[in-house]
Amino acid sequence: MRPILEIKHLSKEYRLGRAFHRTENFREFLKRKLTAPVRALRGSQAAEERIKEERFWALRDVSFDVAEGDVVGIIGRNGAGKSTLLKIISRITDPTEGAVLVRGRMASLLEVGTGFHPELTGRENIFLNGAILGMRKAEIVSKFDEIVTFAEVEKFLDTPVKHYSSGMYVRLAFAVAAHLNPEILIVDEVLAVGDVAFQKKCLGKMNEVSRGGRTVLFVSHNMAAIENLCKHGVVLEHGKLAFQGTSKEAVHHYLNSLSGAQDSTGHILDLSDVSDRRSMVGPLLKRLEFYTDRDRPVIEGLQIGARLKIRVHFDLPNPTSSFNIGLGFNNVFGQRIFTAHSQFEPNRASGERVGPQVFVCDIPSLTFMPGEYTLRLWLDIGNTEADLINDVARVTVIESDYYGTGKVPWNGTFVLKHHWYIEQAADAK
Amino acid sequence: MSSFELTIRPRKGWQPVDWKEIFLYRELLAFLMWRDIKIRYRQTLLGGLWAVLQPLIAMLIFTFVFNRLAGVKSDGPPYPLFAFAGLAPWTFFSTALSQSSNSLVANQQLVSKVYFPRVFIPLGAVGALLLDMAFSMGLLFVLMLHYHWPISMHVLWLPVFVLAAVLSASGLGMILSSLNVSFRDVKYAVPFLIQMGLFLTPVIYPIHYIPERWQMLMGLNPMTGVVLGFRYSLLGSTASWTVMGVSLGVSFALFVLGLLVFRRMERRFADII
Repeated sequence: MRPILEIKHLSKEYRLGRAFHRTENFREFLKRKLTAPVRALRGSQAAEERIKEERFWALRDVSFDVAEGDVVGIIGRNGAGKSTLLKIISRITDPTEGAVLVRGRMASLLEVGTGFHPELTGRENIFLNGAILGMRKAEIVSKFDEIVTFAEVEKFLDTPVKHYSSGMYVRLAFAVAAHLNPEILIVDEVLAVGDVAFQKKCLGKMNEVSRGGRTVLFVSHNMAAIENLCKHGVVLEHGKLAFQGTSKEAVHHYLNSLSGAQDSTGHILDLSDVSDRRSMVGPLLKRLEFYTDRDRPVIEGLQIGARLKIRVHFDLPNPTSSFNIGLGFNNVFGQRIFTAHSQFEPNRASGERVGPQVFVCDIPSLTFMPGEYTLRLWLDIGNTEADLINDVARVTVIESDYYGTGKVPWNGTFVLKHHWYIEQAADAK
Repeated sequence: MSSFELTIRPRKGWQPVDWKEIFLYRELLAFLMWRDIKIRYRQTLLGGLWAVLQPLIAMLIFTFVFNRLAGVKSDGPPYPLFAFAGLAPWTFFSTALSQSSNSLVANQQLVSKVYFPRVFIPLGAVGALLLDMAFSMGLLFVLMLHYHWPISMHVLWLPVFVLAAVLSASGLGMILSSLNVSFRDVKYAVPFLIQMGLFLTPVIYPIHYIPERWQMLMGLNPMTGVVLGFRYSLLGSTASWTVMGVSLGVSFALFVLGLLVFRRMERRFADII
């Protein structure tokens, strides 16, 4: 069977020059056009070099096929070309080279609430947005109640959406989009908005959609969503196709490529310039480094249950054997949910030390729920709080299939290994 | 898998207009017009009354300044009727032109995030104003009753001239809106163009004030024919079919040119807007 979507040697070149010129007025445009021959005559090498620099390939020779009913996740770092690829497939912008063959009705969802007008009511926006996304009026009418129920906005249907809370707005917008019924659905990172509960609901809806035999192309930074929803995955790096395979393999490839990045120094924090600190002795805390399994640096976040190894560099001004490092993890509400302190270590080395030191805190499995956590770091010498930095760093925990069931953990603050089994009931025969 | 097939590839140069697609998306054009109508007078006290107040007040001022003070005469009917019959299509044209030339930039989000025939954006902006035009036509009939001015069979021609006004506003609107994507100069040029246009079109003065040999030249301004045609079909004024014919031809040509220019430029909209 022929693939429903064929992407053939697709390239897209952006002229940065054009982007820079885009605010030029007509006079400047004429001047640039008229002086072009003169500049060309003067034609130094430098000018040509500059022209070359002004172009860049957002996509370079990307080819892959999508079979009917397949759900393909597209992953890559920011600027890897994911959005450009979706924009070309959705026909928003033309490719520079190559072609895309589409064999089915297509709808794309690059943003939640495209075309929503703040002055219009919820009801009016459902119709307008539906039409913009390619639904027929009759189709919208028939799905209207379903959309309203999904969005949970019954009471506010006749209120202009400018009075909606951002949560309601997103729910309504997503509800419309979720009820699209194309053969091919193209979805950009739209689940990054809204509250967690609603994100779950959207993921559930997406799941339903993909089980319905529809072909879906899905861009997300949420690796758990990619692993759960997608059968296959495509990894883009610097506009090129870096990997293609099952979604699990693709996520693995992507995470590996992230931690393999040698040029990135995001996992190292220099503390010597931090002025916002409470130092009874002096700015002794020097540096923090974050690593995960096999000493790979932590760059974009840690999956639930992954290892977190924090190296703390600091100075001891005087010889002492009584010093400790503390690390406090606070959630977004400012609640301390975990404190790691070196005095809890039963096997710590004893003896007097002085000068630069490195203390390593190794957490074999960080079982926090996905979210952002801020760190407080402090150094105690004797009974004195020698140096302390609040909010020294942020740790992002991202979703993963922690329990190995294909289901992302939900609700609560942390995960724990636990088991369920059935026992014979006492009164059973 | 449906029989639907589509190939996306780089486009270069002039493109034919995709009528099939426009037909497929026709409901969206109606929705965009409906949106513009809904939004235009939201949160205003007078609402749709603005549609008739604008030409009405302009008519009163023009009657006072040009008719009473400067002594400009009409070509038959009372001057207020004469002026209003010209101002109604002119107000439509000038509002339509300024709205449509700004429409792509005002709808950036639609251009860069979703696909549909882009041409609906300027066309919808023009189409939405037809309702205003209907309101001011209603007011004109009230004025005719007031002045006991009879309506003639020429009124059957009115749709032709309404169409000509729509075609010329959309034609220019398509060209200017696509230019506006790259050059925001358009925003400043359009009000100026409209101001000049009012004097180059026989709105406040009858065309016979212009020497006959120049009248053909005025016909090249499509709105000349529209204004003459409105007076011809509503007030029964005499008018030269040669001049009106030239204008009708120009408005049709403008529309076709607008479609083609828009088609040629639209593929770059999302990249530069």
